[in-house]
Amino acid sequence: MDFNDTPQEATFRKEVRAWLEANAKPKSATGFSAENPRFQRNETEALKIAKAWQAKKAEKRYARITWPTENGGLGGTPIQQVVYNQEESKFDVPSGFFEIGLGMCIPTVTHYASKDVAARYVKPALYGEEIWCQLFSEPSAGSDVAGLKTRAEKDGDDWVINGQKVWTSGAHYSDYGILLTRTDPNVPKHKGLTMFYLSMKSPGVEVRPIKQMSGGANFNEVFFTNVRIPDSQRLGNVGDGWGVALTTLMHERLAVGGGQGGSGADVNELLALARETELEDGPAIRNASVRERIAEWYVRGQGLKYTTYRTLTALSQGRVPGPEASIAKVVVAPKMQDLASFGMDLEDMGGVMVGEDSPMLGAFQQSFMWAPGLRIAGGTDEILKNIIAERVLGLPADIRVDKDIPYNKLPTGR
Amino acid sequence: MNFDFSDDQKMLKDQARKFLTEKCPTKVVRKILESDEPYDKALWKQIGEMGWLGTAIPEEYGGLGLGHLELCVIAEELGRAAAPVPFSSSVYLATEALLIAGSDAQKKKYLPKLASGEWIGTFAIAEGPQPPSPKTIKATFKGGKLDGTKTPVPDGDVADFAVVLAKSADGAGERSLSLAIVDLKGAGVSRRAVKTIDPSRSQAELSFKGAAADALGPAGDGWDLAKRVLDRAAVLMAFEQVGGADACLVMAKDYALNRYAFGRTIASFQAIKHKLADMYVLNELARSNAYFGAWALSTNAADLAEAAAGARISATDAFHNASKENIQTHGGMGFTWELDCHLYYRRSKVLSLALGASRVWKDRLVNHLEKKNVA
Ligand SMILES: Cc1cc2nc3c(=O)[nH]c(=O)nc-3n(C[C@H](O)[C@H](O)[C@H](O)COP(=O)(O)OP(=O)(O)OC[C@H]3O[C@@H](n4cnc5c(N)ncnc54)[C@H](O)[C@@H]3O)c2cc1C
Ligand SMILES: Cc1cc2nc3c(=O)[nH]c(=O)nc-3n(C[C@H](O)[C@H](O)[C@H](O)COP(=O)(O)OP(=O)(O)OC[C@H]3O[C@@H](n4cnc5c(N)ncnc54)[C@H](O)[C@@H]3O)c2cc1C
Repeated sequence: MDFNDTPQEATFRKEVRAWLEANAKPKSATGFSAENPRFQRNETEALKIAKAWQAKKAEKRYARITWPTENGGLGGTPIQQVVYNQEESKFDVPSGFFEIGLGMCIPTVTHYASKDVAARYVKPALYGEEIWCQLFSEPSAGSDVAGLKTRAEKDGDDWVINGQKVWTSGAHYSDYGILLTRTDPNVPKHKGLTMFYLSMKSPGVEVRPIKQMSGGANFNEVFFTNVRIPDSQRLGNVGDGWGVALTTLMHERLAVGGGQGGSGADVNELLALARETELEDGPAIRNASVRERIAEWYVRGQGLKYTTYRTLTALSQGRVPGPEASIAKVVVAPKMQDLASFGMDLEDMGGVMVGEDSPMLGAFQQSFMWAPGLRIAGGTDEILKNIIAERVLGLPADIRVDKDIPYNKLPTGR
Repeated sequence: MNFDFSDDQKMLKDQARKFLTEKCPTKVVRKILESDEPYDKALWKQIGEMGWLGTAIPEEYGGLGLGHLELCVIAEELGRAAAPVPFSSSVYLATEALLIAGSDAQKKKYLPKLASGEWIGTFAIAEGPQPPSPKTIKATFKGGKLDGTKTPVPDGDVADFAVVLAKSADGAGERSLSLAIVDLKGAGVSRRAVKTIDPSRSQAELSFKGAAADALGPAGDGWDLAKRVLDRAAVLMAFEQVGGADACLVMAKDYALNRYAFGRTIASFQAIKHKLADMYVLNELARSNAYFGAWALSTNAADLAEAAAGARISATDAFHNASKENIQTHGGMGFTWELDCHLYYRRSKVLSLALGASRVWKDRLVNHLEKKNVA
């Protein structure tokens, strides 16, 4: 067991550090300065900055450290990726926009499409020139995404798509999407699905932003009216869409779980807040109940971090990681919600204020309003616990009332 | 970075597990729980013969000269088995105290006997139902004599010697405390076994009346040394707790899969599935925090105190949760003396208090965070 960098890792860290110093600004003392691109509220502007940064990273092959060099990666190890992330987190750089594409869609495309097709899409995505979205959830199919309705019907060499997706993050600025459809309603629901990719500019695709409870509008409804997709854009066999989707979802849980809160609040912010907040009996940082909570969340966060390191160690030794990686999101999301709420409590009556009137540009308020979404996106807490219980612990699956019934005979609610 | 145990260490762990599965099934724990026997002497003897007691003791002092990582994997298995032996007192506490504070003569005198199991050592700091601190400690160590009462002292009824934290100068500050090492069979020492919630591990009240004792480490360093000993013990005990927590999860899972209610196994009810998933999550977090502690302990890292606190808080939380929810999963059966659930429930609470309650460790952890992050 050795927690320090190997000589190679240390060299790599130095290189990364030097490159970041030459290309980005170090974080201000608390990381919460208005200049931090993460606080760019204008989406068009934020997207421009993010694309420029992504292109720079890709040019240096830092955009995806573990991808093979022929795909524009560095051909590096997962541990090198962590080293990079650790160093990058000390700088004011943009985040978001590309994770869904690079973390889930592109791996699915490279897994199922021909080499030539993959080559066409991988680099533009890596350089931030083309953005991808994930078109799975529907109004009546979220946790139970295999219950989706959107139809794909064969017409010559094309498929014709009709239906609706919902909660599609980033659809409004995406260039491509991977799309899960129903190709056969006469068989049980998991068996009649097929996956495609398509241009979001295809005729018949209409994107309507949905305003979130947090006030932003990062997710969308996407309507499909007689959208034609050539059969060459199918990913996997007809009827095998569920298997393809599982590949994507596996990547999703790792990606969502691994990501940090971005511009939100975590233990460091809580420590900083507790330092600057005066309670009735002195500084909050001296208050025993405050200290207990800080310690509890810190330990959870560290536990998760070291769990990731265990996973990485297994990967770097060529072993299959244990199931421990599956715990990430179910720890991160509720923690974010509770921690943010507690931070606002420390601010007391003033905790209602957001943005510049609030400590750290309203980081706690922002996390408070975003956390409910994180507990749902990419698999709800409940679904993730089912997954841990069933796949990790080997407990029986829930008793299903829909297993062997053809899709079009299933009961539906609202 | 390599965040895993080596193949040799994993092999040692497998051996330990096999050995304890055979020699220490829960009926062995129960035998101690239900009798006046303070610990399982046969098991203790065999553990000594395997060399486990001297795992981290250098060869020149009669140990195996392996290291703390090896001790961690053994600790996990002892926890899984809820072994009724004075391992933690003798190995995590007395041995570590001697290793960090003992003079060469003291090491020569005590360590070989600790390694062989001939002597049992313990660490006496508590003085009744409140946290020991420079303000509350009353026992004194002056002119080579110990006076006062320490209770409860784990394995105090069977230990051959104790490392005692006592006042050696006037005032209430940290510098007023020193460590002393005392022969518990000598004059001026009386002891009385106390009843505890976990009779599978014995504890005692030690009373000193002018008992001759030897200083361990410099005068005035007692509080600081005690904290360092506790940090080291916390990492090792965290592994014991992780082992126990894992045993509870396995028990709960096995029971749930085989217990039928409402025409199906109770493992198919989501309330039970989510309960076990929560257990798994806390156990994994605890394991990962313990690994970091193991690394910090084995390398004497500057972060050791922080890592130890993290390991301890996480492991205490996981074992407490797993031991109580294991009972819950067993329904009425879980509340019986006959089932083993309560062995772990008792043990989890004893371990969670043994080195000081989580509340205290959380405070210490934040002290370290404050020092580190001068935001
Ligand atoms: C911020 C955000 C971004 C998103 N981005 C995308 C995206 O880019 N692409 C995409 O395809 N989707 C996206 N989603 C959709 C997301 O995957 C779904 O919202 C999620 O899977 C839950 O589905 P649902 O909303 O239909 O809720 P439902 O499935 O209706 O769930 C409602 C409640 O019932 C519970 N529940 C459902 N089934 C079970 C069960 N078997 N056992 C126990 N409890 C159960 C759920 O846990 C939840 O609490 C996003 C969602 C959010 C909030
Ligand atoms: C101190 C004590 C006193 C008692 N006194 C009496 C008495 O005087 N008279 C009497 O008749 N009984 C008595 N009981 C029995 C008590 O009512 C049962 O123990 C209790 O109903 C649970 O049943 P069980 O033990 O069979 O557990 P099980 O039913 O086997 O339950 C095991 C676990 O599965 C869970 N579980 C079971 N079914 C479901 C479900 N559908 N959904 C989710 N979870 C489920 C339970 O919550 C539990 O965690 C007593 C029990 C105790 C502990």
